[in-house]
Amino acid sequence: MKNKLSHFAIPYVIWMALFVVAPIIIVVIYAFSSASGGFTLANFARMGTYAVVFTRSFKLAIIATIICLLIGYPVSYMMSKEGPRFQRIAMVLIMLPMWMNFLLRTYSWMSILENNGLLNQLFQKIGLIVLYNQVFGTDLQYFRLINTQGAVVLGMVYNYLPFMILPIYSVIIKLDRSLIEAAHDLGANTFNVFRRVILPLSLPGVLSGITMVFVPSVSTFAISKMLGGGTEMMLGDLIEQQFLGGAYNPQLGAAISLVMMVIVVVCMWVMNRFGEGEEQAVMM
Amino acid sequence: MKKNNSFLNRLFMVLVFVFLYAPIVLLIVFSFNAGNSNTVWKGFSLDWYAKLLHDRLIMQSVYTTLLVSLLATVIATVAGTFAAIGFYAMRRKLRDPLMTINNIPMMNADIVTGVSLCLFFVAFFGLWSDFASWFNGMQHLVRLPTRLTMGFGTLLIAHICFNIPYVILSVGPKLRQMDKNLVDAAMDLGCTWMQAFRKVILPEIKPGIVSGALTAFTMSIDDFVISYFTAGSSASTLAMTIYGMTKKRVTPEINAISTLLFVTVLVLLAIVNIREARQERRRSAELHRT
Repeated sequence: MKNKLSHFAIPYVIWMALFVVAPIIIVVIYAFSSASGGFTLANFARMGTYAVVFTRSFKLAIIATIICLLIGYPVSYMMSKEGPRFQRIAMVLIMLPMWMNFLLRTYSWMSILENNGLLNQLFQKIGLIVLYNQVFGTDLQYFRLINTQGAVVLGMVYNYLPFMILPIYSVIIKLDRSLIEAAHDLGANTFNVFRRVILPLSLPGVLSGITMVFVPSVSTFAISKMLGGGTEMMLGDLIEQQFLGGAYNPQLGAAISLVMMVIVVVCMWVMNRFGEGEEQAVMM
Repeated sequence: MKKNNSFLNRLFMVLVFVFLYAPIVLLIVFSFNAGNSNTVWKGFSLDWYAKLLHDRLIMQSVYTTLLVSLLATVIATVAGTFAAIGFYAMRRKLRDPLMTINNIPMMNADIVTGVSLCLFFVAFFGLWSDFASWFNGMQHLVRLPTRLTMGFGTLLIAHICFNIPYVILSVGPKLRQMDKNLVDAAMDLGCTWMQAFRKVILPEIKPGIVSGALTAFTMSIDDFVISYFTAGSSASTLAMTIYGMTKKRVTPEINAISTLLFVTVLVLLAIVNIREARQERRRSAELHRT
């Protein structure tokens, strides 16, 4: 019986060979070939000139991931302590923004952060800008919020925070309650229970949350363009330019994509080392 | 452990939700603005909703988005369910490497998936045009189009591609929870394997299929990057239209369409959740009675 059912997977295996494996092979071929078609490593050598973009992408993505973790972990932990009704509603509320395309949400942040945007209007109303000018002897009309690295990080945190909360929450909620009770009974205080029981057991969720925030953050290109004003170019912008932008060079773009793939493989490898058997933590 | 959260903890949670929803609320509020600004309130009006209905570009892209998301969800749900059953019935040695490949589109950065599919389509179209001109030269009965371009078809393939893994991921665990003997028993009692599938497996894994479909639809609606690289110039999703607008000027019509979509989703989710809650209550009531 079992063997017959396994035939159900054959169409999908063909599909994967065509639309998952073949495209990756093409990327690899492009990455190692020159514009005329011969083998070359020049694409990787050229990446050196974009070192600034690499360091900036990593810096901003790491900052965004840390902030997401600092907000996401406590929220998941607190949610797990509330009643089932609250948890259900909270989960829906966290998923709901994802149904609105992330470009719409990022676009809304543009109007909040603009020079005469809502946040600056608020600062003006409560006299913060006047106060700042008096204290520092400056002559600002507004605070520069948009087109900064801070704005890009904010956009990443805002868009990818649910990806941190969901896996951590789904691991915490499945924790064996009796372990926690046992730790209490054996004399551990709340802090120690958290540090020595809950935290280590929720590590798989934390790791998959980190991957799920870091990977899209480091590769984003819309957020950096909309909130960074195009001045804060990131890896995603660099790749996009090689394919659809002005600097048409698919070979270089493929090489950078290959580097990104390696980053993902490293992330997955780390996750598998620490979170064995918790593959389901990835989604819900 | 069962201690409830302190006031400060609850405040923190509320602040996080305010952070998540403030931009959305603003978007909705300014969709009713009389002026064409997103920052200055000029009074209430429904102008932008009226204008929206006459905006061919936006309506067309909304239609494309919904159509591609729905089609991709349906196809991915069916294909993913069958694939998950197939994987489940496989030997571990065969299944594990296939599952790793299955996870690639899910784990890879969106832009890498988009770029790799884009390169693949371009390469495929190149081969196709060679083949088609050769084939057309060989005979005169059927004429194959020699020039293919990216458009709705490639967009749909790309969406199916990144949706199937999510379906498999949510159907797989349900299969593993199922009692293995059930299928054998059904077959022993004379079911064909198709009947066994329909009458035994399907009801067991239905919750997994539903949540997989929901996730797939969410991913389709939320996607921008992969669509951007695979839609070519003839098809445009809502996200792509907005992205094109942000380079020039975004009109509050975008706020209006966002509001409409958001309210639709909100109502749908509310209905689903209330029904689920009611079912759960009924089930626990039955448990108490017995």
